[in-house]
Amino acid sequence: MASLSAGKRNPGTLVPIGLAVAYGSALVLLPIAALLFRITTIAPADFWRMVTTPAAVAAYQLTFFSAGIAATINTVAGLVLAWILVRYEFPGRAITNAIVDLPFAMPNAVAGVTLAFLYAPGGPIGRFFDPGTPLAEVFGWFGITPVQLVYSQMGVILAMVFVTLPFVVRAIQPVLMALEPEVEEAATSLGATPRQTFWRVILPLLIPSLLTGFVLAFSRSIGEYGAVVLLSGNIPFSTLTAPVYIYQRLEEYDYGGAAAVSFVLMLLSLIILLLINLLQGWSQRYDD
Amino acid sequence: MTIDQERPEANQGRDSSSLPPLGSEVAAAVSTPLRPPSPYGKWALISLGFIFLALLVVFPLINILVQAFAAGWGAFMAGITTPEARHAIWMTVLITLWVVPLNTVFGVLTAWLLARYRFPGRLLILGLLDLPIAISPVVVGMLVMLTYSPTIGLVGPFFRSQGIQIVFAWPSMVLVTLFITFPFVVREVLPALQEHGHSAEEAAYTLGASPWQAFWRVTLPNIRWAIMYGIILCTARAIGEFGAISVVSGKVIRQTNTLTLHVQRVYGEFDTVAAFGASLLLSMIAVVTLVVQLGLKEKRE
Repeated sequence: MASLSAGKRNPGTLVPIGLAVAYGSALVLLPIAALLFRITTIAPADFWRMVTTPAAVAAYQLTFFSAGIAATINTVAGLVLAWILVRYEFPGRAITNAIVDLPFAMPNAVAGVTLAFLYAPGGPIGRFFDPGTPLAEVFGWFGITPVQLVYSQMGVILAMVFVTLPFVVRAIQPVLMALEPEVEEAATSLGATPRQTFWRVILPLLIPSLLTGFVLAFSRSIGEYGAVVLLSGNIPFSTLTAPVYIYQRLEEYDYGGAAAVSFVLMLLSLIILLLINLLQGWSQRYDD
Repeated sequence: MTIDQERPEANQGRDSSSLPPLGSEVAAAVSTPLRPPSPYGKWALISLGFIFLALLVVFPLINILVQAFAAGWGAFMAGITTPEARHAIWMTVLITLWVVPLNTVFGVLTAWLLARYRFPGRLLILGLLDLPIAISPVVVGMLVMLTYSPTIGLVGPFFRSQGIQIVFAWPSMVLVTLFITFPFVVREVLPALQEHGHSAEEAAYTLGASPWQAFWRVTLPNIRWAIMYGIILCTARAIGEFGAISVVSGKVIRQTNTLTLHVQRVYGEFDTVAAFGASLLLSMIAVVTLVVQLGLKEKRE
């Protein structure tokens, strides 16, 4: 009679394990090994020079700054959206809930094309920001003239906000749903106003998931290429993000420079992934 | 407002009696209406959410539809049936037909191994599972170039000596898409496997089933909706992939141009109708994905 241990020790299971290992190695490990191999062929001084060229440094600065702004916008908007989807009844709630996921399913090149068309100067939405319009004057008070919503840093941020929209909403939603009403009722019965209940009771419980959403959005924004390349105009030292910089190095057959900056971005992705794992461990502690 | 007005009354009631009977405090507190505060706050938040979604998602989607048909049905059809467009559609279909079955089979296999076995490096793999999502698609393209390029690739010269072209041809386009979409099936199936536990499989083993029979007859029916969900996400992602493919494809028209690359090219040539026509095809796939996703969510819960 076959027992569990016999089933587990069945040499047949070695075949699937071997297959999975082979597949993973060919798909992921070999390419990463190739990058590391390439990096080791570059002298350290050259490597440093390649990752710190003025154009590369300008690209990192733009990328991180824009990703930070985009992730902040989406953390606030994501909290609002998750809140109304979980707490309120309103017509069209199910559709709204589905629309939140659309940026995830929509190809980013398509998003880039349609956003560029809509928000370009004179475009269906962009025209409301053209010189002389009331909105342009409001922006003028802050010293932004003319208002360039695309082919500018605002275009970079717009692209990043679009592609990372679902991240914060989907990180908070389950936590907000699992939040027990007793906690809030207790706060209210102890005399807290709804505002106090939100700031002192609910928000602290949401912080781990808000942070997870922020980091996910930030990391995805840094790597984003499709929507950014179509919306940013890609002007060196002004609107050229790090992934687009890598792409341009490749087009000029500067494989060393492209590999060096790719290495920096990949290292960053690994660090962020570690951070996300830690954050998720933290937020799961609050789950039970 | 209402709460602020009623609160002092509740306090007064407590102060007036020196020895309140047990439970009266609770009763007083519960009888105070618990929020609903002003309805204005609710509708202000809902409007804010609507405006944000409209500007970012709904208007862009409507814009695709309007621009695709801006010059009428005939122009739309002409735009999506040029030889370039038809070849691009075919390339996208070809890549998806390679990627989805491979990543489904190996995704389920990987999830099953991760859920049922403890082996060295398991936690590392779990931690790195999302790497293909976290990493920039351009970097993924770069990695494949450094591996398979006939001039600079690690194993590229070997494949060139065999007469196999990988980079700037469909195999590299399949490879980058496999890389990028690998986590989708695994991430859906793994929690489903963990949730259903091991006991049913154990029972099957006790009754004399081989591991293969146990998997096919017991495990698979439990995780079929999770697999479907993963396949949908994987398909949407494979069809929409752009960044990594534009690095490795070489963008040769009528040879290595996919539908997303085609959108970028014709938009760059100011052929708005063709660009939005192709965009409409791609967004229809996205919308279908969402609808199927909603249906599957209900099935799974």
